[in-house]
Amino acid sequence: MADEVILLDFWASMFGIRVRIALAEKGIKYEYKEQDLFNKSPLLLQMNPVHKKIPVLIHNGKSVCESSIIVQYIDEVWKDKAPLLPYDPYQRAQARFWADFIDKKMYDTSRKTWATKGEEQEAAKKEFIEVLKTLGGELGDKPFFGGDNFGYVDLCLIPYYCWFYSYETFGKFSVEAECPKFIAWVTRCLQRETVAKALPDEKKVFEFVSVLREKIRVE
Amino acid sequence: MAEEVKLLKTWSSPFGLRAFWILKLKGVQFDFIDEDLSNKSPLLLQSNPVYKKVPVLIHNGKPISESLVILEYVDETWKQNPLLPEDPYERARARFWAKFGDDKVLASIWNAFIKQGKEQEEAIGLAIETLKFLEEELKGKRFFGGEKIGLPDLALGWLANLIGVFEEVIGVKLIEKERFPLLSAWMQEFAEAPVIKESWPPHEKLVTKFRAMREPYVAAAAQPK
Repeated sequence: MADEVILLDFWASMFGIRVRIALAEKGIKYEYKEQDLFNKSPLLLQMNPVHKKIPVLIHNGKSVCESSIIVQYIDEVWKDKAPLLPYDPYQRAQARFWADFIDKKMYDTSRKTWATKGEEQEAAKKEFIEVLKTLGGELGDKPFFGGDNFGYVDLCLIPYYCWFYSYETFGKFSVEAECPKFIAWVTRCLQRETVAKALPDEKKVFEFVSVLREKIRVE
Repeated sequence: MAEEVKLLKTWSSPFGLRAFWILKLKGVQFDFIDEDLSNKSPLLLQSNPVYKKVPVLIHNGKPISESLVILEYVDETWKQNPLLPEDPYERARARFWAKFGDDKVLASIWNAFIKQGKEQEEAIGLAIETLKFLEEELKGKRFFGGEKIGLPDLALGWLANLIGVFEEVIGVKLIEKERFPLLSAWMQEFAEAPVIKESWPPHEKLVTKFRAMREPYVAAAAQPK
C-alpha cells in the first residue's frame, strides 16, 4: 500500500517549515494543505483537537502533532535515508536538549521584538540576542549544530531565519552585527536545496507581520 | 570500566523525581545528591550551565539536563523494561502526552494554585478543561502507557501526589472522582505502584513548602489596589 502523507500547515509558520524540511530531506511525497488560522478547518480541528494548531502530519489517516514530535516521527519511520537525529544516545540527548532550548527561548522572545514597543521591546531585543549568542556558543567552530552534517537542531532553528528581517526591521537591530558567526551558519544551511526551497521569502513574511501588528495594535 | 551514574535533584522537585523513577524502574545503580537551590553546588552549575536547574543526570562524567530529555536518554541507554513503545506512531503519542503534561497541565494547575478570588475561579475552570483531555486519553487504558507504566505516566506522575498537596493548601478539590473517575483511578494506581510508592517526598513537608510558596501571591492579592 502506498503511503499517504498529508501536511496541514501555514506558509509562514517556523514550526511548519521544520516539517517541510524534514520531509524534503527524506524525499517523502506528500500533499500540502494550507490552513486558514483565523478560520480553522474541520479537518484541522478533528486532527488536532487538543491544541487546534499546525503543523499536523497525517500519515495513512493517523495524525501526529507538535513539530518536534513530528520531525522525530519522520526520522523514525523513514529511517533508511538522511538521518536527522544522531545515532549515539548521548548525542541524541544533546540534540533534544538544544531543540527544547530553541522551543523554550526563541518563539516568545522573538515575537516580542515586533509585537511590543518601548521598554518591553528593548528588553526582548537584548534577550533575543543573548539567546542567539548562547546558541552560537553551542555551535562553536562546527559547520552545523549536528557537527559535519545538517541535523535535527539545525532543522529546528533555521526556519526562524525568514522572520529575522521582520525582527530586525521592527526591532531596529542587526543580527549580523551582533552575531556574525550565526549568520555564517545560516548561509551554510541555505546552501542546502531542501532548506532554501522550504523557507518563504522574508519580505512576504514582513508583509504578514505588518498585518499582524495592525491586528494587535502595536503602535 | 564501571558505570558511574549520578543524579542531581532536590527532595521535592517533581522533575527530579521522574529521573529517580526511571533509574529505579530500570534497576540502574546510581547515586543521588539533593541540592539546596539557594546554594547551588559547583557541580550543578558546571553540569547545567544553560539553566542551572535540577535534575541533571551525569553518566560517566557526561551531563544530561531537562527531565524529559533525561527520560529518553535513560530509556535508550538501559534497554530493560522499556518505557517507550517500539512503534513510531505510539512513540509520537507518548511524547505528545508527556509534552502536554508539561506545557498545559502543569501551567494550568499552578495558576489554579497561586491565583486568588475571581482569577482563581477562572484558572480552576481552565485547569478542569485541560484535565478533561487526560480523562479522555485514559479510556480503555490502565496507564497512559497502556497496560504498564510508560513515559507519559512518569511525566504526569507528579499529579498523583502533588494534586493532594495543592488541594489541601487551597482548600479546593481540583480532581473530583465523579468528574474524573479514570484520572482518579490512575492517580491511585500510579501512586501505589512498586518503586513509585516508596519514593514520594513526605506529605506534611510538601504542604509546608507549597503553602510558603503561595504566601507572596496571597499577600499581593490582599494589597489594596
